[in-house]
This record gives sequence, structure tokens and C-alpha cells, in this order.
Amino acid sequence: MPFGNTHNNFKLNFKVEDEFPDLSKHNNHMAKVLTKEIYGKLRDKQTPSGYTLDDVIQTGVDNPGHPFIMTVGCVAGDEESYEVFKDLLDPIISDRHGGYKPTDKHATDLNFENLKGGDDLDPNYVLSSRVRTGRSIKGYTLPPHNSRGERRAIEKLSVEALTSLDGEFKGRYYPLKSMTDAEQDQLINDHFLFDKPVSPLLTCAGMARDWPDGRGIWHNDAKSFLVWVNEEDHLRVIAMEGGGNMREVFRRFCVGLKRIEEIFKKHNHGFMWNEHLGYVLTCPSNLGTGLRGGVHVKLPKLSTHAKFDEILGRLRLQKRGTGGVDTASVGGVFDISNADRLGSSEVAQVQLVVDGVKLMVEMEKKLEKGEAVDSMIPAQK
Amino acid sequence: MASTFTRMIAGRYPAALLASLGAGTVAGGLLLSDSALFAEGKRSLYPPSADFPDLRKHSNCMAAALTPAIYARLRDQVTPQNWTLDQCIQTGVDNPGHPFIKTVGAVAGDEETYEVFAELFDPIIKDRHNGYDPRTMKHPTDLDASKITNGVFDEKYVLSSRVRTGRSIRGLSLPPACSRSERREVERVVVTALAGLKGELAGRYYGLGDMTEKEQQQLIDDHFLFDKPVSPLLTCAFMARDWPDARGIWHNHEKNFLIWVNEEDHTRVISMEKGGNMKRVFERFCTGLKQVEQLIHERGWEFMWNERLGYILTCPSNLGTGLRAGVHVRLPILSKDTRFSKILENLRLQKRGTGGVDTAATGDTFDISNNDRLGKSEVELVQQLVDGVNYLIDCEKKLEKGQDIKVPFPVAQFKKY
Repeated sequence: MPFGNTHNNFKLNFKVEDEFPDLSKHNNHMAKVLTKEIYGKLRDKQTPSGYTLDDVIQTGVDNPGHPFIMTVGCVAGDEESYEVFKDLLDPIISDRHGGYKPTDKHATDLNFENLKGGDDLDPNYVLSSRVRTGRSIKGYTLPPHNSRGERRAIEKLSVEALTSLDGEFKGRYYPLKSMTDAEQDQLINDHFLFDKPVSPLLTCAGMARDWPDGRGIWHNDAKSFLVWVNEEDHLRVIAMEGGGNMREVFRRFCVGLKRIEEIFKKHNHGFMWNEHLGYVLTCPSNLGTGLRGGVHVKLPKLSTHAKFDEILGRLRLQKRGTGGVDTASVGGVFDISNADRLGSSEVAQVQLVVDGVKLMVEMEKKLEKGEAVDSMIPAQK
Repeated sequence: MASTFTRMIAGRYPAALLASLGAGTVAGGLLLSDSALFAEGKRSLYPPSADFPDLRKHSNCMAAALTPAIYARLRDQVTPQNWTLDQCIQTGVDNPGHPFIKTVGAVAGDEETYEVFAELFDPIIKDRHNGYDPRTMKHPTDLDASKITNGVFDEKYVLSSRVRTGRSIRGLSLPPACSRSERREVERVVVTALAGLKGELAGRYYGLGDMTEKEQQQLIDDHFLFDKPVSPLLTCAFMARDWPDARGIWHNHEKNFLIWVNEEDHTRVISMEKGGNMKRVFERFCTGLKQVEQLIHERGWEFMWNERLGYILTCPSNLGTGLRAGVHVRLPILSKDTRFSKILENLRLQKRGTGGVDTAATGDTFDISNNDRLGKSEVELVQQLVDGVNYLIDCEKKLEKGQDIKVPFPVAQFKKY
């Protein structure tokens, strides 16, 4: 909660055993890592803005998870959370990000020219291409913790920055609380509108407080570049278009991001970034690049192949339904995107998507002709 | 043991006194840490006006009462347990409400909330409780069930009778604010006390996290089981945290006296039975409450209560008696009469569907209960309910015979105490 949390000091009067959460039925990263010892060591700490260990873990306590799906179970309230609570968060980060060590360095590469290919994905199969990431603005606390005043300041600064863009990025901001019905319908039809979070993963972390105050959507006139303000992160930046030209989408993404970053820097509020964790975001799962680059692709035959999931694993890709996370695929169309976020660069991750999807489309075509694809199954990337 | 907690309670009263004198933050003894400095910096960067919520589309008691001036004076105050105004009002900010249904929009985190933030809660209480003024009026408590007259209804019409209230354990934070250990202590205190009940009140506790499937099904069939809150009115007020830790249901073997532990209040106490013997339901209610109170006294605990606000509960709407006495009653003809709503209004009764609050009635059976909670005693409210239900049944009988009915004069509001 905003402005310090000396309620935490009051809790220190009670013993660790009495305060330690019951995680016996839980299956998330936080529950696997948190012990009474770690809890005892960290519970009297707070970040300078007053974020505490209990704040970090509340969402994981309230959402035991699922035997098949491993959620993270904790969030950051500010940049310093990742320092102050590193005894808990470092092992979680390592678990979630393939063994990433506290001493590892993360490479950032937003030079779209370093991407090879990506402009020739078959549009008969690849229906749309999209790249998203998040950015946090230095000097403000994150969505689980910020006050209304801070959230409004973030919105104000973001709108100032975005409305100063021109050329292909010229666009408009639609605040959630004052959009007209017509605007709302249009944004829904464009697949742009985000709604008040209903997922308890987010609501239990305090991210839906004061909705819709300070929230909104900005997009360019061409409807190919959009920014969500104050949803799960300060900013979510999205470049997308129909068809398979992932190269062009990634170019627009990189150029737009750089322009926005320059403007924020001029206002003395650059993005949260460090050389260990890359871009700092609310959920530890989005550290590093925060990048999810993906396509909607028709793979009706390959998706029913016995080795589909293994192929995806080797290509370092993941599948989702076309409604996004936690939805099912419709009509053999899958959302295929990079699985990694931390430990490899933006260019590297999009390269995996481009190469992997190209290969899978070729395999789909082979299967259509009744041919086997076993020889095409890739080695582990 | 209670030792940690009794030390805390001993320390709370001077703090509570300070708070009630308007001393605000209990700053003595707090070292100026990084956190305190940062908070200072934030306060100057973000004056109260920057944080004032946008309540223009809101229709709840909090939104009607909260002004920028009140917010500015209270934003940086804390209760002795460091509960803040923003935390009290979060549920009202997140739930704008409905033009027809005026929710309260604020909750208490502890007993001292009603003192430290009195400037906001007093007008809310006045709004919700028909003009009751906590600064000038006293709330009567009366749990002597022998005073009830005509308390057995015609069972041709009344299918079941029920009385419920809540009780909070003094010294422990309320469900929006409590830490896990405080919540577990509430459970320990209450369950230990209930284990001392004897005779027709003897019973058993079922912790929500440990019950077997069979026990769960039985409790559902008995209509006793409560579930994790889904209403955003409660979830936005932080009441579902750590579910189902330290939540549970206790009921006596006769299955007519039950207690919910750590749902929306520390305890909800319910006496119920099929049929129309409201007098006996209320007798059991009062006896049970008094015995539980005695049992917790023996261990050095007490209920939160004061003479201005009566029993202190999480939601301001439940202050005073916290009492809802009601029946499930069949009124097939009267319920279709255009005067039905007016009759209820004048009798100071409300109708709900048989699923409880925010449900619709099935067929001709209604849940009829008292509107009021604060400013009248338990005996007065139950008698009002009894008189009212008898009147409704009388109307129904008259209409059955083709006779006409009258809309009664409005029941009086408060007496001066």
C-alpha cells in the first residue's frame, strides 16, 4: 500500500511460526522457494517506499496454483524489491528463467537490423504477427503498490511522451474512464481494449485498485502500435499487424520504443533497467526483455502430432490459444511465441520465433501432403 | 498463549486515547528510517489533492461523505496498528455502487478506525442509520429474550426463523487488516471458548482448510457452509486474503446454533430453526452469546463494544446490534398487493430472496427481516420484527378472506437515551 507500510512493524510482534503462510497445498514458484528461515530473515525489511515481504507474496498465498501450471506467486512493488528481497526472488528467478544466476548479466539488443529474415512467413498460415513488452518508469512505484497520485502522474507523463510522437507513430490517447461508447466499441473491434483484471493472480496483488482511474490506451493512427498505460505494468508496448511480416513488426517495435525512451529520459524519468535483470517489471516472469513476440498461425495437423509439444520445447517456443494466456486454440489456430525472457536479447528471442514458425509451417505443409516430418524435428536450441 | 497479545492490548489503549484526542500518527518511538524519509518525500510530492479519489460516478455512503478537505486532514493519519484511510475506503473507490442500491463503501480495520477517522465515519453512520449521531447519542444493548411477546408465528405461513449478529474480539485487528497470526489467534480464542459450551449448545468446529469432503457436503446440505467471498465489496476490502487459513464453522450438535469464524467479521453468530418459534430462536441466541462472552472473559478477552456505537464490526452497516432477525414467510397474496412495499417500509422491514442478500425471491416465499441495526436494542429490534411479521400474516389472512388491509403508521425511530 502507498506511503510506507508501518503496519508491518506491528506484525513483527508476532512470531515467525504464527505469521508464516500455510503453503502445504500450493504449487507456485514462491511456495517452492519460501521457507520459514527466509521468511524470518526478510519479514522486517521494507523497500524505501514501504513495500514488504508479505506484500510481495500475497498473490502467491491467495492463489495456490494448479498442478500443471506453475505460476510465479509473487510481484515487485518497486525497483528496489528485487534488491531488498533478493534472498527470495533470486531463487525464484533462477527457477523461472532456466537457471539464471545472481551473477549473470542480461544483454539488451533492440537493433532490429540484427534480425535475419522474418519478412517471408507464409500469410496463408501466419495470420498475424505481434511483439509486446513492458516498461517501468523510474521514480515511481509499480502497479501493486502505487497510490492514485503516482498512477495519475505516470499517466500524465506517459500521455505527454506519447502525444509528442509523430510520423508513423502519430496517435491518440483514450483514457479508460472517459471514453465514449463508440470509442469503446471501436477499441474492442480492433482488439486493443484491455479490461479491468479479473484474474485473481492480478487482483490479489492489488493491481486493480481504483479502476479505471489513471488507465488508458494510446494507439497510432495506423493502428499498428499501441501502448497500455497502468494495467499490469506502467506501460505495455505492442506492435502488431495482420499477416506474417514479423520483421516489419519488430522494426516498428524497436523504433517506437527508442523514441518513447528518449522522451522519458528528457523528463528525467527513464526506464527501470539494470545489467543483471534487464528491464524491471512487476512480475518476475517478465524480467529481461519482457518481450513476447508471437504469431497466430494455422497448424491443424502439426498441433495434433504426437511430438508437437516436444518440438515447441526444442524451439524454445510456447503455445497459447488465440485469446491469449490461459485460453484454448480455436480451429487449429495457435498463438506461438518465445518462451524465454531473461538471459537472451530481444533480437535473439524474436529470431527464435521467426525461425521456429518458419520451420513449423514447412512441417505443416509436409503433413498436408501426407509426408512424414520426423527428419525435420529440430535439435534443442 | 495470550501473552503476546495481552501485552499488545495493554499498549493499545494509551495509543487509542491519543488517537481519539486527534494526535494522529503515533510517532513517538518510531525511528526515522529510510522508509519514513521516503514517505515524507512522497507526501510533499503528492499532496492529498493528488490522491483524492475520483468519485463522480459513485453512489455509496463513503462517496457522499468524503470531501477533499476531510481527505486532506485524514490521509496521513494512522490507527495505532497503522491502518490508513486509503485502506478503509479502497472498497468504496473500487465499487462505485448502483443508483438504486446504496452500499456503505468503507470498512474498519480495527476498533480505533471509528475514532481516528471519525470525521468520515460519523457522517457515514448518520447516513446509513437514519440520522443516528455517534457524537450525541447512546446505543442501548438488551439481550433479555424473556421480554419478547407474541414471538411464535403461525407455521402455515412462517417456514423458518433466524437471528444473526457478529462479534469482534477486542485487541485483534478486523478482517480487512488482520495479519495471519492475528486471524489465527481469533480462531484459537473463539474455538477454545466454544469448546466450553454444554448441553443443547455443545458442538464442534470444522476448519475450512481441514474438513473432509463428507463433512463439506454435510455442511452444504445443512445450509451452513460459507464460501470464499466473491463479492468485490469484500475482496476489494482485503477480506479474502490467505483463504482459507484460520476460517471455519462451528455448530452445535442440534444444528440450531452456529458460528462462522473469520469470514466478514471475527465471528458471525447465528441461531435458527425451522418453523415459527422466533422467541425460542432469540432465547437460544441470547443464551449462547452470553455464554460465549463468559467463556472468553475467563481467558482475559472481551468483545469490542462501546456505548456510542454498540458492538463494533467490520462494516459500519452492522454497528450497534449487528442484528438481523428474519423469517422465511409465504405471502402469496400480499406480495402481489401494490401496497406491500409501503407496508414493509412503515414496519421498518426489508425483503430479500430466500438465498439471502442480493437474491431474488422464489415463488411466494420471502426473507423478511429488520432494517435497523443501530439506535435500538436487540430486544426492540426483534420485537419490531415479531410485530411486523404478525401484521403481515394478518394482512395475508385478511386478503385470503377477501377483506381489505391497512397500511400501518410508520414505526417510530429512536428514543433519546
